[in-house]
Order: sequence, then C-alpha cells, then structure tokens
Amino acid sequence: MITTHGLTKRFGRVLAVDGVDLDVREGDRYGFLGPNGSGKTTTVRMVLGLVYATRGEIEVLGKPMPGRAREVLPEVGALVEGPAAYPHLSARKNLTIFDAAGPSTATASRRNRRQRVDEVLEQVGLASIGRRPVRTYSLGMRQRLGIASALLGRPRLLVLDEPTNGLDPQGIREIRELLVGLNQTGTTIFMSSHLLAEVEQLCTRVGVVDRGRLVAQAALAELRGETGRTVVRVGDPAGAVALMDGRVVGREGDRLVLADMTVAEATQRLVQARIEVHEAAPERRSLEDVVLSLTSHGSDRVDATHPRVEQVGA
Amino acid sequence: MIIVEIRKLFGRRRTWISIFLLCLLPTVVAIFLSLTDIAPRPGEGPAFLSAVLSNGALYPAAALAIVLPIFLPIAVSIVAGESIAGEASTGTLRYLLARPVSRTRLLVAKLTSISLFVLVAVLAVAATALVVGLNLLGSGPVLATTTVSGTPLSPQQLGIRTVLTILYIGWSMLGVASVAFFLSTVTDSPLAAALGGLSALVGSTVLVTLDAADSMRDFLPTRYWLAWVDFFRDPILWRDVERGFLVQGGYVVVLLGMAWANFSTRDVTS
Repeated sequence: MITTHGLTKRFGRVLAVDGVDLDVREGDRYGFLGPNGSGKTTTVRMVLGLVYATRGEIEVLGKPMPGRAREVLPEVGALVEGPAAYPHLSARKNLTIFDAAGPSTATASRRNRRQRVDEVLEQVGLASIGRRPVRTYSLGMRQRLGIASALLGRPRLLVLDEPTNGLDPQGIREIRELLVGLNQTGTTIFMSSHLLAEVEQLCTRVGVVDRGRLVAQAALAELRGETGRTVVRVGDPAGAVALMDGRVVGREGDRLVLADMTVAEATQRLVQARIEVHEAAPERRSLEDVVLSLTSHGSDRVDATHPRVEQVGA
Repeated sequence: MIIVEIRKLFGRRRTWISIFLLCLLPTVVAIFLSLTDIAPRPGEGPAFLSAVLSNGALYPAAALAIVLPIFLPIAVSIVAGESIAGEASTGTLRYLLARPVSRTRLLVAKLTSISLFVLVAVLAVAATALVVGLNLLGSGPVLATTTVSGTPLSPQQLGIRTVLTILYIGWSMLGVASVAFFLSTVTDSPLAAALGGLSALVGSTVLVTLDAADSMRDFLPTRYWLAWVDFFRDPILWRDVERGFLVQGGYVVVLLGMAWANFSTRDVTS
C-alpha cells in the first residue's frame, strides 16, 4: 500500500529523512516508531505529497506519488501532526467543507455526504455534538474530529500521525477498537507514534526510524523475538538460585531470569528439586527494549554518538 | 472548490463587518456634510467632495475617493493575506491539500473569492453612497451634473462613468491583493502577508511623491490610482487610465505568477 525506495529529504543542511525503504502491505496495521524529530512526520508528509522528496520514490496504492495524487489521495484518509479545523465552524460544517473541497469517488460522493458525515461522527463518538463551534472543543474532541475527517472518504488506507494524542484512557481504547474494526473490514492502517505501548497493542507490523533512517522493519512478533532466556516464578527463590548456580542473571522477588536454559529444562530441574513452579515462560523482548536498543535520543538532546544500525527481518 | 471558497469567505461575519465599516465612513462624512453644508473648497480634500453638496449623484465617486487611499487597501490586504497563510496557520492547508485539492486549483479558488470580495466591497461602497448621496446631499436637478471640465452630464453618462470608476478601482485593488496574495504563499502568518501588502503600498505612495524617484514613478503601483478622476472629464481623458490599467495588470500577472510558482513547488510544513 505504501512503498518507498531510498526516500530522502534534506531541509537546507539538515538531513531529515535518509534513504528510507518503507514497505506497508495491504491489511497491515503498521506502526511507525521513532523518537521526536527522527523524521516520522516528514516521511508522512512526503507520502501525502505535502513535502517533496529530495530523492527517492514513493508509491501509494500502487501509484507513484506525488505524480498521481489526484487518483491516490481520495482513497487515503489522513491525520497529520494533530487535527485542524476552522475554529468558528461546527464539526459538521467543517467535515462538509473538507468533503466538498475535494473530488468525489465511487464510495464517497456528494449525494451521500450528509450520511457519511453522520456516520463518521457516530464512529468517533461525536454524534450529538450539535452546532457548537470547534473553538470550544476540548483537545480530545478535536482529536476525534480529526479522525472523523480522515474516515470521511471511506478510505482504503489510513495514514494517522499520533492518532491517540490528547485522548483519555477510555478514548484511547475506543479509538483502538475503532481502528481494529476498520482494519478487519479491509482498511490498511499506517500510524506513526512514539507511544510504544500504543503500538504494541494495536499494530501487526512495525518500522523503527532513527535520525531519518529506517533501522528496523518487521512483524511485531518477529521483532519481539525470544531472547533465549527463561523467566520462572518459584515458591522458593533462594533454593532455586542455589540450584541453578551461575545461570541466574536476574532476580526480582520470586521471579528469576535464567540464561542458556529452555523452559522445559528449567521446569524439569526445579520440579526434580521439589521447588514449586508457579510460572515458566521464554523471555521476550518488550517493544520498548527493541526500540531503545535501536534508537538514539530524540532531537531534543544533541550529542555526537552515532546510532547502531541493525536490520531486523525484511 | 471555488464555490466552497466563496461560501467560506462570505459566510464569515468578519467579511461583512469589514464591508460594513467601509460603507460607514462615507456615510458619516455625508451626514456631516448635510448637517453643516460646509464642503471642502475645490481642490482640497478627497476628489469630488466639494461638488457633492450640490449634487448627490456624484457621491459614489466621492465615497470611493474617501476609502481608496487607506481603508479599501487595508480590507483587501487582510482578505488576500489571509488566503493561503490563514489556512496554513490554522493547519487546514495540509488537510485541504491531502484531500486532495490541487495547489493550482486552490490558488484559483482563493483568487476568485478575493476578486469577488473586491468587487462586492467597491460596489457596496458605491451603492450606499448613491443612496446616502441622493437622500442627504444636493437633491438638485440630476441633469445639472457637471464634469470636472464644467460640461453637463446626463444621468446615463454619469452612470456609465461611475461603473467605469468602480471597475478601475476594483482593478487597482486587485493589484494590492496580488501583493498580499503572493506574500500569503510565502509566509505562514496572515498578519505578515497583509502588512507586507500594505507596506508595498505605502512604499509606492512615498516614492510617487519623491522627485528623485522620477525615473521609476510611472511604474509604481499607486502612480495612476487617482486616474479614474479622468472619467469625469469631458471628453474622458483615457491616457492615464489606460496606463494605470496596464501597470496594475503587469503587477497582477507577475505577482500571481510568482505566487503560483512558489506555492506549487514549496513544501507544506505548516
């Protein structure tokens, strides 16, 4: 759905995006991760034809961008760097204006505009918003309106920059469920975020960008691969430590991390020593570990080290 | 898109308030004139003001002369400066372009709505002035309208000349608009664009009066602004009007071209 080759953007002397090869496939819930100022938003803007690439190619829905924007963008819903609306108008009026400004498509025409506006307001939980001007909305309501605006054209691809910004935990869950539902009915979702927990719960594939370079791109499960270590919770941690002499690399209450040992091996030895096993599982890296190991500090901190470049998966 | 833009502009209270204020000033002037009967002496004050006491039908031209130097350019600059930069500063520009609205189309739509605003503003001033003038000022025999040259004008002739004036002033305002419009594609601040447009105007007004700048005077945007007074001579003196039309046209074409070239190639990062 989105493919880029060697996508590069230079703003004056600053290399904002450097040779990024994105590969977002149909049906993905793709999480685009990276520290602040790592080039996420610039990449999103290039994909949408707002910013022109210095080098490299972009294909969206199989067609080159920005050359074929007229055909591509009607089928793409976007939320870029926060929602925006005309402050003196109501939500409904705003949606109507944006819809009327662009071209009609087979599924989103002028005739069903009113129905679509009602539909998306319902979907994001603003159904009874009334005629209040957007100026009076809370941050969360504006965010919902931004998402409604992205959904309005019944897009095949959603490009969402920080979609849960400004929402309370309840709102975040609602939007997550909405996105998963849309994804299940065939919408591909590309979202950028620096909220790792958010991406971990929602996304199926992940790309990690650091200082303008794509340092990892893989299925979430693949990235969060097993570390080869085993985590056990036991009834007698002291006894277990004595038994597993030298293999214990971490201890936290009754929770032990064992190196060079499979789950089967560990449970067998513990049971043989008559130590109760409450829980045993292979250790997985959290997304946070993965991302932190791949990325450097955000651009709000400037130092001279270079990021480690690792290519995980394809 | 063009209809959406026009609706957006004329659906705003701000637009109508600025037009209302434009109409208010000549009305206030007319009220004072009719109460006191003291007109500026001929050759002093805004053009035609000395003549309107005896003839209210000439008041539209006088009213336009009142708002022309400052108020009209301010209103036009604000609207034109707001056009692209206003969308950029509210963040709606990126959503319009991602909708997608092609950049050229957006410019054309904005330009159309600005032109319409200019026309509506000038017409509104002229229309209110006509009503006010006929009711408050010299209701003397309309046939007695005289030109600046002293010859009489029939109501039809006066009507035609007033329409020509409206068009000429509208065209001059489009010149102002195109400066602010171009700046509006350069900056993300509507205020900067509007003030930039006004600065160009003030600069031009200063240079026009400066003898040392004589060599470039004829190419300054405000040089022929008052040439429409020649519509009220008998016969109409076309020379300055024609030149003014061409000079403004040159500014409009060049600035709009620059606006298009800049906007269609620039990165939208607002």
